[in-house]
Amino acid sequence: MSILLKVENVHTHIGQYHILQGVSFEAKAGEVSVLLGRNGAGKTTSLKTIMGLTPATSGQITFDDKSIVKNPTYQIAKDGIGYVPEDQGIFGALTVEENIKVAIRKEDEVSLARQEYVLELFPDLKKYWKKDGGHLSGGQKQMLSMARAFVNESKLLLIDEPSKGLAPVVIEKVMEAINEMKKQTTIILVEQNFMMASKIGDTYTLIDDGETVQSGLMKELIENEELKRKYLGIG
Amino acid sequence: MKSTFQVSKIILFAIVVALAIFPFVSDSRTWTILLTQIFIFSILAMSYDILLGYTGIVSFGHAMFFGMGAYATAIMLDRFEPTIGIFVLSIAVGMCIAGIISFLVGLLTLRLKSHFFAMLTMAVSGLFLVLAEKWRTLTFGNDGFTFKAPEIFKDRMMYYLLVLGCLVLVYLLLRRFVDSPLGRVLIAVRENEQRTKSLGFQTLHYKVIASVVAGVIASLAGSLYAVSLRFVNTSVLTMDITLDALLMTIIGGVGTLIGPIIGAGVIELAQHYLSGLAKEHPIFERWIIFFGIVYILAVIFFPKGIVGTVKHLFWKRKNPIKIAISSKRKGIAK
Repeated sequence: MSILLKVENVHTHIGQYHILQGVSFEAKAGEVSVLLGRNGAGKTTSLKTIMGLTPATSGQITFDDKSIVKNPTYQIAKDGIGYVPEDQGIFGALTVEENIKVAIRKEDEVSLARQEYVLELFPDLKKYWKKDGGHLSGGQKQMLSMARAFVNESKLLLIDEPSKGLAPVVIEKVMEAINEMKKQTTIILVEQNFMMASKIGDTYTLIDDGETVQSGLMKELIENEELKRKYLGIG
Repeated sequence: MKSTFQVSKIILFAIVVALAIFPFVSDSRTWTILLTQIFIFSILAMSYDILLGYTGIVSFGHAMFFGMGAYATAIMLDRFEPTIGIFVLSIAVGMCIAGIISFLVGLLTLRLKSHFFAMLTMAVSGLFLVLAEKWRTLTFGNDGFTFKAPEIFKDRMMYYLLVLGCLVLVYLLLRRFVDSPLGRVLIAVRENEQRTKSLGFQTLHYKVIASVVAGVIASLAGSLYAVSLRFVNTSVLTMDITLDALLMTIIGGVGTLIGPIIGAGVIELAQHYLSGLAKEHPIFERWIIFFGIVYILAVIFFPKGIVGTVKHLFWKRKNPIKIAISSKRKGIAK
């Protein structure tokens, strides 16, 4: 499989803080790559750096064989990277319909068909179509956030902690949706819930103190008790 | 939902009809002038709502666009024959100048963080104020100048109807603007600019569009204001005008369009009555203090503004179960 995204020795500063101190990993087309690590390890910052929201101070990010490390966020999104942030980033004053429509960059038959497909993936959103985004529950907001990122045909989706703060029943639904989405696009997932990450992920990257410490196949990590204990506190 | 929408449209239509009939059934010149002022400031406040309410931009320099319109109309009516044609042309000239200046200022300043932007708009507006004060050959400085309005506006009722027509037109245009896909992007920028960028929007462009629309409409309000007074001086460029627009928008309800109209009505009426009370008791000679208290109370008790509060109460009435669940959750959390 070809490499869709390559992150090489990326360093990121936020203000005076040196958050990423050498993150490297790659995402192959059609796979789900999971970023794992403790709280504050730099997983969310890695996604934000790919999106250009916290630009890298050094290192290289290549997407679809082109460097995107100096590109502005809107250009990165236009190039085909969708982003589902940790806080979901729902526009509370817009209805579910408007939240979806605002994300559609070009309204045509293709995008309408895509919208229909997304609503089949998240049928709950149909029920709340005219409801303000601010009045949705946590699970509904998560689904809306994912639907919004998926409504454009993105080559790569960055999903940040989709299970955070959700009830187990809702997590099941989110997992089902991600499994369905992975059939159509490449995904980089940040997830604290190892059970969920191990079921969805094909490959993993362990990040600790802003540095990549290990990458490999997810099935190898599942069997490596020492690595899990050392970096994830599991086992 | 649809029927509520229809009902509010019918109510608005009825209010407009009543206001249009008003000068034919009342011979109160005071009320005609007061309502004309309310309509003009409603247009200004709605333009400010595009910035503050729909895009989340706080500008302390909005008065410069109001002043540009006022001076463009006043100077042209003074230098040329005061005809309707010149009046319309002066409005167009004012709007063009305001559009160009707001585009340039927006492009240069809107990439800054909100508080820096607010300060810079105040500085740019201050520059225009100084320019108007110093360019006496054109503006007569702080003393200002009087000019003749077109003959037809000598009848205050005609001018009242014209301004009411402008208010309705501006409201309909701005309503269409904010309900369009572009308007949705502006709301998205207000809600979460970073998120909007990561959806693929170059937010600066959208903020500049909002700034130009707001500037052009404010210029129209300035043109109408100058003709209503038949006089212009540098007061049209002062911070007071911006603060009035800001407070009208906040008190009426930001991001609602109709709120700023109500806010303009409340503030203009409060100013009128509080200053009038000076005849009753000397304490009201300091009416501005009471005005300040009204502002503070309104912001404390109606942070969403009048329209926002009413909408919230309606929502609460429609969703009593949700409110109960949310209160229960808060109780458990405690």
